[in-house]
Amino acid sequence: MDNMNPKEIVICRCSDVTLADLFALFEQGYRTFEELKRIKRVGMGPCQANTCGKMVQWEIAKYFDIPLEEALFHNLRPFTLGIKLKHIKEGSDT
Amino acid sequence: MMTQANVVIIGGGISGASIAYHLAEAGVKDIVVLEKHYMTYGATGRCGAGVRQQWGTRMNCLLAKKSVAFFEKAQEILAYDGDIEFKQEGYLIVASDEAEAKTFAAHVALQNSLGIPARVCTKEEARAIVPHLNTDAIHSATFCPTDGHLNPFTMTDAFFKAAKRLGVHYYDHTAVTDIRRQNGQIEGVMTQHGFIKTNTVVNAAGGWAKDIGAMVGLDIPVYSRNHEILVTEPVEKMQGPMVISFSKNIYCQQTPHGAFIMGRGDKDAPKGLDMGSSWQFLEAMAKTVSDLLPPVGELRVIRQWGGLYNMSPDHQPIISASRDVPGFYIACGFSGHGFMLAPMTGLLIREMILGQTPSMPLEALSLERFEGQEIEELETSVV
Repeated sequence: MDNMNPKEIVICRCSDVTLADLFALFEQGYRTFEELKRIKRVGMGPCQANTCGKMVQWEIAKYFDIPLEEALFHNLRPFTLGIKLKHIKEGSDT
Repeated sequence: MMTQANVVIIGGGISGASIAYHLAEAGVKDIVVLEKHYMTYGATGRCGAGVRQQWGTRMNCLLAKKSVAFFEKAQEILAYDGDIEFKQEGYLIVASDEAEAKTFAAHVALQNSLGIPARVCTKEEARAIVPHLNTDAIHSATFCPTDGHLNPFTMTDAFFKAAKRLGVHYYDHTAVTDIRRQNGQIEGVMTQHGFIKTNTVVNAAGGWAKDIGAMVGLDIPVYSRNHEILVTEPVEKMQGPMVISFSKNIYCQQTPHGAFIMGRGDKDAPKGLDMGSSWQFLEAMAKTVSDLLPPVGELRVIRQWGGLYNMSPDHQPIISASRDVPGFYIACGFSGHGFMLAPMTGLLIREMILGQTPSMPLEALSLERFEGQEIEELETSVV
């Protein structure tokens, strides 16, 4: 891991956010998952942070040297999986 | 944390950010902004990211027009290193029947008289603007090409970054617990992290503005109500303008990032601070959008949420100094549209605090306009 370039480590695959992007945001003073989401769209893509969420949380804890449980996870919202609008419409018609 | 300030602004949304920036830009020192959660936690971060000038009241038209003029140059004015994603591809407001079309024609006449370039469109003209629009579901439309999309997160960030460079102190995760007064004068603001001495407080607390008003004994005639919204997966660009209908209860746009955002209100939703998500909204939204914009029905919803409209009696903002509490200023009651009016909110509050000549008449924005008055001019163009 040590010889890997943070610019080449993709944390959020949906929104193309690298570890270097996270470091840059940390340095600017953004320190919570919710702020990272709002500025860089981390965890806002189709997977809804199911892929990157734990990694983001871990990187926040490491960077600010705080216990993992203090690096709060983002606010979980529906849905778990993407569903087509027309399927929701059809489902409610029957 | 600062223990003394010239101005304390309560609320870390777009209004608080704009007010802080405008005051600092005019040379005011020792400004503090307090946010209970994090930047854009409230309505700003939950809104539909739309900016429009097509309103039914003169005041809303003027506030919106002047705000759009600011947004057009905001990236440069604020020297922002990110992207505020201001995209002017218009708002298409569709009318369901002749009666609604008639109302809209009167609105367009008002807008044109104020220099807003809106126009009435036939069904065919509307379809030329949004090719996948189901014109069987509409009567006609109005269109304003300079309306559009703006990113609520980065726009707020741009205001705050510029404000911080000018010396503004911003504290998040800092809740206000009380505002202390002595002989009618404000003495300071108590927060969960300590006391800040000040004579000037701005209430920009959005959905929570009534509670902040109560801290100085004011009964601000506003209430909050949850409005729900959802977002789809991002797709290739297929829709330029926001499509909106008051009678069908929908607004729907594709953001520059590719996702579609759409929302609607529920007049029967209880008043209060609930910001939850419901299946009822989801079903109603899926039906409405599939009917009006059929190809959008093919997209997958990936997230839904809610946010608070802070409603005033005439659905126009309260941007006002308090007559009864000297040093207390109010920017609330935006009725769902505080994001797009924020540049003017910041400018007008600054002019009030510094005693500058106001950029526009303030009577129609004052808190006192509701005292024993019938509503003179009600804004009806609200989803």
